[in-house]
Amino acid sequence: MEMPIPDSTVLARKDRVVARLREVLPRDAVIDDPMETRAYECDALTAYRCPPMVAVLPSTTAEVSETLRICHEIGVPVVPRGSGTSLAGGALPTADCVILGVARMNEVLETDYDNRFVRVQTGRTNLSVTGAVESDGFFYAPDPSSQLACAIAGNIAMNSGGAHCLKYGVTTNNLMGVTLVQMDGTVVEIGGAHLDSGGLDLLGVICGSEGQLGVVTEATLRILHKPEGARPVLMGFDSAEIAGACVGDIIKAGVLPVAIEFMDRMLIEVCEDFAKADYPLCEALLIVEVEGSEMEINDQLALITDIARRHNPVALRESASPEESARIWAGRKAAFSAIGRVSDYMCLDGTIPVSELPYVLRRIGEMSKQYGLPVGNVFHAGDGNMHPLICYDANKPGDLEICEEFGAEVLKLCVEVGGCLTGEHGVGIEKRDLMTHQYAPDDLKAQMAIKDVFDSKWLLNPAKVFPLAVSETRRSTALAAE
Amino acid sequence: MTILKSEADVAAAVLDATGPLVIRGGGTRLVGRPGDGDMLDVSGVSGITLYEPGALTVVAKAGTPVSEIEVTLAKENQRLAFEPYDLSGLLGTRGKSTIGGVISTNASGPRRIQAGAARDFALGVRFVDGAGNIIKNGGRVMKNVTGYDLVKLMSGSWGTLGVLTEVSLKVLPAVDAMTTLVIPGLNPKQAVAAMSRALGSPYEVSGAAWIDGAVWLRLEGFASSVDYRAKALGDVLTSHGEITRDDAADWAHVRDAKPLHNCAAVWRISVKPGDGPAVIASLPEGSHKLMDWGGGLIWAGHDEADAATHARLQSTVAAMGGHATLMKADEAMRSSVPVFQPEAASVAALCAALRSRFDPRGILNPGLMAA
Repeated sequence: MEMPIPDSTVLARKDRVVARLREVLPRDAVIDDPMETRAYECDALTAYRCPPMVAVLPSTTAEVSETLRICHEIGVPVVPRGSGTSLAGGALPTADCVILGVARMNEVLETDYDNRFVRVQTGRTNLSVTGAVESDGFFYAPDPSSQLACAIAGNIAMNSGGAHCLKYGVTTNNLMGVTLVQMDGTVVEIGGAHLDSGGLDLLGVICGSEGQLGVVTEATLRILHKPEGARPVLMGFDSAEIAGACVGDIIKAGVLPVAIEFMDRMLIEVCEDFAKADYPLCEALLIVEVEGSEMEINDQLALITDIARRHNPVALRESASPEESARIWAGRKAAFSAIGRVSDYMCLDGTIPVSELPYVLRRIGEMSKQYGLPVGNVFHAGDGNMHPLICYDANKPGDLEICEEFGAEVLKLCVEVGGCLTGEHGVGIEKRDLMTHQYAPDDLKAQMAIKDVFDSKWLLNPAKVFPLAVSETRRSTALAAE
Repeated sequence: MTILKSEADVAAAVLDATGPLVIRGGGTRLVGRPGDGDMLDVSGVSGITLYEPGALTVVAKAGTPVSEIEVTLAKENQRLAFEPYDLSGLLGTRGKSTIGGVISTNASGPRRIQAGAARDFALGVRFVDGAGNIIKNGGRVMKNVTGYDLVKLMSGSWGTLGVLTEVSLKVLPAVDAMTTLVIPGLNPKQAVAAMSRALGSPYEVSGAAWIDGAVWLRLEGFASSVDYRAKALGDVLTSHGEITRDDAADWAHVRDAKPLHNCAAVWRISVKPGDGPAVIASLPEGSHKLMDWGGGLIWAGHDEADAATHARLQSTVAAMGGHATLMKADEAMRSSVPVFQPEAASVAALCAALRSRFDPRGILNPGLMAA
């Protein structure tokens, strides 16, 4: 993946940048020793690495504002970073950038059960937001697989989803307000504890803007009371086609499960090995979860298992205990790390219309043979968000390139059948150069116009989202104006 | 005026425009500063282009009447879960509310607190910007983070950033059964306390309103589940008053603010639910009002429209961190006051800059939202 050539004039200003940052930040919050900046060289897209020029770890919104103001003034690119769990390279540095990590900002600022929100600093991890309210029966709904580690800042940047968003929505549907620091240091409050915007919906465009419009330091998040109970059922089928038809029938029947997850044989095997959840070994496994009281769960599962039986399942098993449910979900949520134990892999994230699932899975199988790389499939079947995992050997020269070419073909296929390049991971650098397959030049121009408005010098995370050739004039004009 | 039939017609009309345009769908939402200019009528760009019940998705051209979409969805036992309100009764307008009007005003009803707003159900848009370019964003799949989310930006932009030509929406299954728990005789504070208790329970309340002194709490789903939750929620709320169950409560009454239809001036106010009673206390004597969204949405009306009341209300709400929009008033008043809540300077600057990028000539509903 090509990255812009580091700007030598910026590199030459390193000492000045560090000195200026040290004037406004605590000594240990400015890291410029190359041995230490190495810790920030990549995110979860580990195939690409580049240590930043400097890393800073501010503790307050005021410190973030000062940092950005200085970088804006000197003309230094800034790459914001949450916990560094992006699978798309969203937090990948360039050699001439300042990495701005929000990890030290992890406080809960306000908890309000009557009005059903929490306000947190965005370095707080996703799971610890729920952790702060669960003893009172509440939770924060979006649940990306990396929820133990990933920060709310990154969730907002990528508009993260999760297994349970079929019912509860993704980050943007649960985010009520933000404190945003613009590249020039201006602090803006957008939204709050009330619902919806009275003017233009800036919150909606900030969420999912991949750290390119500003740095979000505080967030107001909607919390909900936990359901009385939840129970998954496992359904095994002989083929992905049958599983896909079953998903369609469940949705059409008017039940809306909180999650419908799909795994193919390869993933069932590696996840079973990892989590010992007693998954049935078959071609296609669905995990369908419903919520409510005992009686409501039984009623919904009766309806769902009736539908499943019409599709001749090879296995059909309701979870018998909370411990078993936990194991079933542990296996699913560990899918990426489980496959990581057996192979290097690239995780795709395209979304397709649910009706196209069987066709797309078949085509991916054919491409797997053609490219000679195995593929496992695990995904959110209810909303068509696929996660093909392409296995390759990082030590074999050329294998990564073949894998990337294969991945690009799969994503183009997703767009072709009416879907999109990424459902919840974001574009980052990974899908950047494919954007022209989904969007026409005018579509991209309209998006870039928004960046022009929020960050006229194109200093925030500039080499992401838009193909380098498409954004080149903007990036170079902005720097030349320095 | 030529009749516009397609997106290409809309693009040509915008490109050829020599002055301001007043964008019109069904003509039911005469809100905002009245505009001078040529009418750009999108109601002819109409029709459902794709409906996949198994994927919970419908795609329709912007001028498609909401009623047409609702009838089509009902045949498959599905619905628009955000419950769009219809302003024709309140404003005395004729015509059919269009899906483009609903999305471009982010019009969401009582179920917004549970299911989400119009903007949350919008999956994709096509629109014509102020320079006549045709632009698409999002798509027709339920999860999509490919590039910036202009779908949200267009939702609630009241045609000031572009003219919507097509929207794709997520739909949801309709429900088997519905009931409403009614607790009469509560003042606003008592009402919000009861609604907060209900919304903070696990019983999935899909509507929480205060109307004519009574709290209404709606439960929907499979019949057995509704019965179970009605009982369980009733048990939780016993200390809040006498509870009766009404299976036929008309939520359109709340959704369309029917008790306020005869008022001369009407505001729609969004605040933190706990601030609802204070907003109501600040209203002048003789005001009509109802609360929705558990207290977070207040519809307030008055028999006389005067600028001083309006200014006071917007400043009260500004201090709380919410917003008040003047939804109904005569043209004179709408021309002389900020109809939409004035924004903080930094936010206003961003919005103005966005408008000048999307509509460089300033011809799309100019001044409707902000002077």
